[in-house]
Amino acid sequence: MKMEKSPEELYKEREKRVNDAIQLKVPDRVPFFPFTHFFAVKYTGMTFEEAFYDPDKFLAANKKMNMDLEPDLYFPPMFVLNTPGQVLEALDVKVFKWPGHGVSPYHTHQFVEGEYIKADEYDALLKDPSDFLMRTIIPRVCGALEPFTTLPPLRSFRFSYLGIVLNYALYGMPEVGNAFPEAAGAFESVLKAVREMMKWGTSGLAFDQEMRELGFPAVAGGFTGAPFDLFSFVRGMRGSMLDMYRQPDKLLEVMERMLPRVIWAGVTTAKMSGNPGVFMGLHRGTDTFMSTKQFETFYWPTLKRLTLALIDEGLIPFLGWEEKCDQRLEFLTELPKGKVICFFAGKTDVFKAKEILGNTMCIAGNMPISLLQTGTPEQVKDYAKRLIDVVGKDGGFIMSCSSVMDEADPELVKVWADFTKEYGVYR
Amino acid sequence: MAGDLITTMADLKEKEALEIVQDRLGAGDDPVSILNDARRAMEIVGERFANGEYFIPDLIYSSEILREITEIVKPKLTKEAEVKRLGKVIIGTVAGDIHDIGKDIVTFMLDVNGFEVYDLGVDVPAKEFVKKIKETNAGIVGLSGLLTLTIDSMKETVEAIKAAGLRGKVKIMIGGTPIDEVVRKYTGADAYGPDAMAGVTLAKKWIGGK
Repeated sequence: MKMEKSPEELYKEREKRVNDAIQLKVPDRVPFFPFTHFFAVKYTGMTFEEAFYDPDKFLAANKKMNMDLEPDLYFPPMFVLNTPGQVLEALDVKVFKWPGHGVSPYHTHQFVEGEYIKADEYDALLKDPSDFLMRTIIPRVCGALEPFTTLPPLRSFRFSYLGIVLNYALYGMPEVGNAFPEAAGAFESVLKAVREMMKWGTSGLAFDQEMRELGFPAVAGGFTGAPFDLFSFVRGMRGSMLDMYRQPDKLLEVMERMLPRVIWAGVTTAKMSGNPGVFMGLHRGTDTFMSTKQFETFYWPTLKRLTLALIDEGLIPFLGWEEKCDQRLEFLTELPKGKVICFFAGKTDVFKAKEILGNTMCIAGNMPISLLQTGTPEQVKDYAKRLIDVVGKDGGFIMSCSSVMDEADPELVKVWADFTKEYGVYR
Repeated sequence: MAGDLITTMADLKEKEALEIVQDRLGAGDDPVSILNDARRAMEIVGERFANGEYFIPDLIYSSEILREITEIVKPKLTKEAEVKRLGKVIIGTVAGDIHDIGKDIVTFMLDVNGFEVYDLGVDVPAKEFVKKIKETNAGIVGLSGLLTLTIDSMKETVEAIKAAGLRGKVKIMIGGTPIDEVVRKYTGADAYGPDAMAGVTLAKKWIGGK
């Protein structure tokens, strides 16, 4: 009779399966990583609005989903619901529309594209990035923090005993002094938001701990991103792309200055979580967004150095390409062997990727979301079989999907999970 | 001597292109002929995008140059430039989704290829598409979407067009990140385009351009 495995044994087994795939060894079977994102919402019949305003309910839904699907890697709910509705409200966040606030209660949150940094503000940004962030960008992206524009420059917090108090001359000026009651109101909003974030952070960490005890490793513990993407989100796509022509040197300088910060963010969040995976969603460097030359100039250099720095820290970068990147595969061969997971969403030709990257890195993804949403069990199995046969050949492959599973059909997902675990065994 | 506006603009040389425009206006050139040249340059930009030579940054930059030229030339215009249009296309990002990048590229490409495009924007309810078809008599509808929720929105939009008795009058094309042939069948659309150029090819085929 076969003995039931303990959650601890299962955790180790899953971790080894995944690590073998990452290190390009042949695991016992193809690891299964459903990129669930908000799938737990549909899976348990709640609404997106409930998830945003009752995040503990969303965690409970994720637990049920993971217990049923038994993934080898699960997608941490904190990565998708990183800011609950109460926090977004307290700060009056302008860069998102969220369920019940600009999008329907039944749909996911969405980013509001905008030029939150203007073309002529590079010098101010480069001169003192923290000050610019605090007094210019934050007031633009958070309505409740608009009064931060009236704060004195951060430079005025001097290195000395009594630092802040010594600037009596500055605070004596009416435009600074009189603005303080307003700024105080903004700090109260921050306090409220932070209290909510502390609650949510505590629940989220407890969730990850519970999943670990139940035998499930998370795909990542750390979180960071490519400098071009992160900057482009605030400068705006239009703005950042015009700058490629009009002020390329300044654009490059900003990314250079951002690099130590994004490395720090990835390393710190991963080390705090105790999980070496560092998740990076990669948005605007893909085939359809920019030319190979533009990618080579503006996107890849800082992303590559970020990835190498994370590897140097003993971490496992998860490069989540959100759209087709057939033209980027050759660049990825520059990364060291067996150290990263490359997740291909969208329409990247993973069969081609296997040919080019098979000896360099572990490939994840590609089960078409269209099939998981509208297909038949037979179609799902046929495609999964092809992925396992071709991309899974000799290891180095993690089964996952081509987009988020928010609207996937739970029955087809079950078919996909069962088939992968059954057919994906290496014999 | 002023260089060639069409080539200069198509090569995205902003300063030189603007100088040529100023020179030509100064020499008493017809503003309409300047705008026609600018339009021809945008056609070349569209061709280069279709060939994989230009990408989104280049489209954005070319539109910016066009905007600047139009701003300079417009006050001098005494008559509207005549543009021959191949046909009408209604386009929009379907209900529930506020993303516009993909839709804007298709709009750009249809426009530079001679179509009159009615862009309904983002998060467009099915009934707005129906209303616009009735109002314009357009023969083609393009539905765009980035999020997976748009698969069902597209299906609902196609069904609303059908319910309004207009399905026989329009061809419907769909596109976007989660969209493929499987989704095309599910939604009941006529065609799926993997990229913006496919949208132009379909529109030309349906409307009887070249």
